[in-house]
Amino acid sequence: MTVSALRWEANAFVGFLERQKNLYKRYWAWEMVWVLYTLVTTLSIGYLASGLNSIGMHEDPGKLQAVQLYLLIGALLWSYLSMVFVEVAWTISWERWEGTIEYTMMAPVKRATHLLGVSTFSIFYGLARATLIGAVIVLLFHINLSHANLLSGGLVLVAATFPLIGLGILTCLLPLLSPEKGDQMTVAVQGTLLLVSGVYYPVSVLPGPLQALGLVSPLTYTLTGMREALLQNRGIVETLPSIALLLGMGIILIPAGLWIFGLAEQRAKRLGLLKRSG
Amino acid sequence: MAIQPATQMNSPAIEMRGISKRFRRTGARLPWQKPVSDKVALAALDLTVATGAITGVIGPNGSGKSTLIRILATLTVPDSGTARVFGCDVVEDAAQVRRFINRVSVEAAFFKEMSPWENMLYTARLYGSGGGDTRDRVEKSLHRLGLPLSTLDRPMKQLSRGQQQKVAIARSFLTSPSLLLMDEPTTGLDPRSRRDVQELVGTLRTEHGATVLLSTHDLREAETLCDYVIILERGAVLAEGTPAALRARHELDGVVPSLEDVYLRISGKSLEEDEEEGGEEG
Repeated sequence: MTVSALRWEANAFVGFLERQKNLYKRYWAWEMVWVLYTLVTTLSIGYLASGLNSIGMHEDPGKLQAVQLYLLIGALLWSYLSMVFVEVAWTISWERWEGTIEYTMMAPVKRATHLLGVSTFSIFYGLARATLIGAVIVLLFHINLSHANLLSGGLVLVAATFPLIGLGILTCLLPLLSPEKGDQMTVAVQGTLLLVSGVYYPVSVLPGPLQALGLVSPLTYTLTGMREALLQNRGIVETLPSIALLLGMGIILIPAGLWIFGLAEQRAKRLGLLKRSG
Repeated sequence: MAIQPATQMNSPAIEMRGISKRFRRTGARLPWQKPVSDKVALAALDLTVATGAITGVIGPNGSGKSTLIRILATLTVPDSGTARVFGCDVVEDAAQVRRFINRVSVEAAFFKEMSPWENMLYTARLYGSGGGDTRDRVEKSLHRLGLPLSTLDRPMKQLSRGQQQKVAIARSFLTSPSLLLMDEPTTGLDPRSRRDVQELVGTLRTEHGATVLLSTHDLREAETLCDYVIILERGAVLAEGTPAALRARHELDGVVPSLEDVYLRISGKSLEEDEEEGGEEG
């Protein structure tokens, strides 16, 4: 790729970031509702742990706090990871709904620029949202982070972003191929990720087939790595296996996602699926 | 890298040879049910459009106008045949074709909550601009189209249908296309907006040097605006020529018919009748 072509794609990349920023700005009321919903859900999980003591499930306050932190890490991470996943996965659905899909597909930019532009914005927005919710959690539940290794936790989070984008790209071809049912299929994928990735419980409690699914979910390794870093004060070297695994998954999933998306786009164009709004 | 000016090329703006496209119809699939035949949108269509002209494609709904435009816009892949835009194949060289074209469709497709400015800045970015002078260019363009500047930062959904269509045309100006594909841009507009849009189409050629392919079922519009007219019926070319030549060819007893009369004589029915028979795919 020449320098001028790179500049062209970089300009378009900025265009996708600006567009997403403007969309979020214009739909701010919706966003407030979603932030509130996510906050309420996360707090509910936190209070669920607090309530265990009252219903006689756990009487050791130290262990109770560990359980609470375990669950809150899961809830907070899930709010971030699922938000990024959904934003990427709904890239096509959103434009179908707005009626702009053909104009974006017709523009002289690479699909990678399009999808990675939307993904990048969702990462920044998701991090901002997760930080806000995290701050409320720390204040309300008096979270003790003295055993937390924030640096290795942060690295796990960064590494997790790559396979998540790849997974989102793979999922966003569902609405491309099935204008009527694609959205629901996206939600089903999201629900499956929640079930098998050990968000609120160790994957080991699942039946064998679900454990196998959990093994291929990047979220499983993200949650494992984060819990090791934040609950057990594991350093970078100790969390390196999780980080390496996540980066490896990203190296496979992003190019695979873009390639398969390209095939799906060709199929949609052959069958005349782009113009239908479902 | 700017959009490449294609108008200096020697190739015709559009060259289609044997283009066919059919769409699978959903419906009866069970063995005891009557099978539903595919919808033929284009049937071995041959077409050449000269560079710099405004060429009208006339036909009822279901005649293949929109499919023709979607194929040229790289949004639909033909089943067979070749289609070239300024010498570039729409399937093999789709990325290059996209640099030459833009499209104005019957529905002004915008992010409805975003303002005209935000929508146009997005388009400018995708077409290699979006720098400091973009706001000026957008303002001038909208002013030229008779849109008050107060509309620039309001959500698109607050603009009238006519205003939205003008923004759609301004958006296409912004990308300086060598080939502009217009798919029934005046359908559903009030008479004044329709006239404004028709005037703008004329200025596209004179001021921007663009080749325009205008799909319409308004025969008066085609007669007024187009240098050359192609009449499509069931995915095939029924007749073509300049409006004057088509009218002269069907002169009867010294009376030169209108383009509408010509269409009636050739097809044996009115566009309205055909529209009632038209299929899902345009």
